[in-house]
Amino acid sequence: MARPLGEATREAYGKALAELGRENPNIVVLDGDLSKSTMTKYFAQEFPDRFFNVGIAEANMVGIAAGLASAGKIAFASSFACFVMCKAFDQMRLAVAYSGNNVKIVGTHGGISIGEDGVSQMGHEDIGLALSLPGFVVMVPADAAETRAAVRAAAEHVGPVYIRVGRPKAPIVYENGCPDFQIGRAITVREGRDVTLIANGLMVAAALDAAEALEQEGISARVLDMHTVRPLDEATIEKAARETGAIVVAEEHLLYTGLASQVAMAVARLHPVPMRFVGLYDYAESGAPDALMRKYGLTADDIAREARELVNMRQKAAV
Amino acid sequence: MVTTDVSVEQLERTARKLRRHIVKMLAIAGSGHPGGSLSAIDILTALFLGGIMRYDPKNPRWEERDRFILSKGHAVPALYAVLAEAGFIPEEWLWQLRKIDTPMQGHPSVKDLPAVEASTGSLGQGLSIGLGMALAARLDGRQYRVYVMIGDGESEEGQVWEAAMAASHFRVGNLTAILDYNRYQLDGAIGEIMSIEPIVAKWEAFGWAVREIDGHNMQEILDALHWAKEPREQPSIIIAHTVKGKGVSFMENNNEFHGKAPTQAELEQALAELAD
Repeated sequence: MARPLGEATREAYGKALAELGRENPNIVVLDGDLSKSTMTKYFAQEFPDRFFNVGIAEANMVGIAAGLASAGKIAFASSFACFVMCKAFDQMRLAVAYSGNNVKIVGTHGGISIGEDGVSQMGHEDIGLALSLPGFVVMVPADAAETRAAVRAAAEHVGPVYIRVGRPKAPIVYENGCPDFQIGRAITVREGRDVTLIANGLMVAAALDAAEALEQEGISARVLDMHTVRPLDEATIEKAARETGAIVVAEEHLLYTGLASQVAMAVARLHPVPMRFVGLYDYAESGAPDALMRKYGLTADDIAREARELVNMRQKAAV
Repeated sequence: MVTTDVSVEQLERTARKLRRHIVKMLAIAGSGHPGGSLSAIDILTALFLGGIMRYDPKNPRWEERDRFILSKGHAVPALYAVLAEAGFIPEEWLWQLRKIDTPMQGHPSVKDLPAVEASTGSLGQGLSIGLGMALAARLDGRQYRVYVMIGDGESEEGQVWEAAMAASHFRVGNLTAILDYNRYQLDGAIGEIMSIEPIVAKWEAFGWAVREIDGHNMQEILDALHWAKEPREQPSIIIAHTVKGKGVSFMENNNEFHGKAPTQAELEQALAELAD
């Protein structure tokens, strides 16, 4: 049932950036001494004049990116998700969000699936922080193909963008590329009637696996790839709430602030239905990525369990 | 647009007028920061009105313009005063400082006023933004210069030194910082709260060309700004020794006026002291 692994989304990001660099001389890239990990190295190798390694100084990096953007550049700035969002949050607030500068922040090593390096390197809260910045588009692509599409869309969008990508190889969700990708438009990756699984990032593949398992039990689960957390595709969420009557949201992120909270607000306002949430309530720890995902409840089994309970609850109520 | 042939005496007279504007707009607003505005105004007058910066008030986003960032954003009354004098905004707007539904935000906001280059007020950020602009000029083959005014208290922020290190590493000769060294921060004297000395040695050690001046001596300010424009492959900083509250006797070196507007009676006394 496990899907074949493709490139890591950070790898896809790095290659997409180099591709964009060839097409658009206005693109500049900044990194904070992690270009070999964020994969901005591909751009750096091809376009050394347009690449600025600022050293280990994330606040300065985002400030410089804002200055470059205000002078007309499309500035991509990268570091690990936790470092760029946490250390440069004030700069993103004032010099990027409030100023409306055309800066694209790409945080790599998002989530706990980075594994052995442990909590200090993991992005547990990067999406919540990005969502706290008015005007920021926030995206979490599911696999390499979708990452390429998201990076391209980010370059075309005028205004601040945050994209979270991950460290490990990502299961392939889009075998034939992601040609219909649009910011703010969820992709229905599987149709279903009884329950809707809404996910992004690595959790999309997990949700698809969960849907296959549920099918064996006679439960038809719809799966939405909510790659854009803001602007949120409320129409597709409302439709799913009306048509399936139950929603599970899964994300590799603290549940206090992220996709789950955003979807819950939309569902509460537009068409309230029972909901369950799969995500983090605390910091993780060091360990093998798969083992961490199991221990912290971020697997297909966890999603399937929550969906099954929602469907069972409804059946009991109907009796 | 280059303003030329302005005499030192004319600039001094203009600075005095802009000091009157500063205390008046703060008195009307009922809040704000007189001390650091009055310490900075001679330098801003020289920059904008002394033929140093190239700009076009009719086209504030002209791509070839020189840029000025007020990183110590709380001194925005000084910035608004020179922007009005330079023709970017009408003088009447000054009396709307800090009022709702106006572009005259309590700290500089690039979204509200196109003549403002960067939103500031969270201290430490301006030099990084200025460095980004200076790098963009190099990439685009443009000749503009970027000036960033930082505060002495602000120099306690780590980001200032991240930017200082990077500007020197990237060899940006078109970036000039100006330190308004008025020796006070909100809680008291710089030396007592957190000393930034030896400040000249620090900037030299970071690889910058450094020049110290009296920040209220118009001729010295002009000379230093011309010095900053000389071609070089390193950034430059003018360390301007200034007096907080300069020009109003009861505000000078009186840190009560770091962030307190004058009353009506205090305004009248200040205007009398600043009369031509």
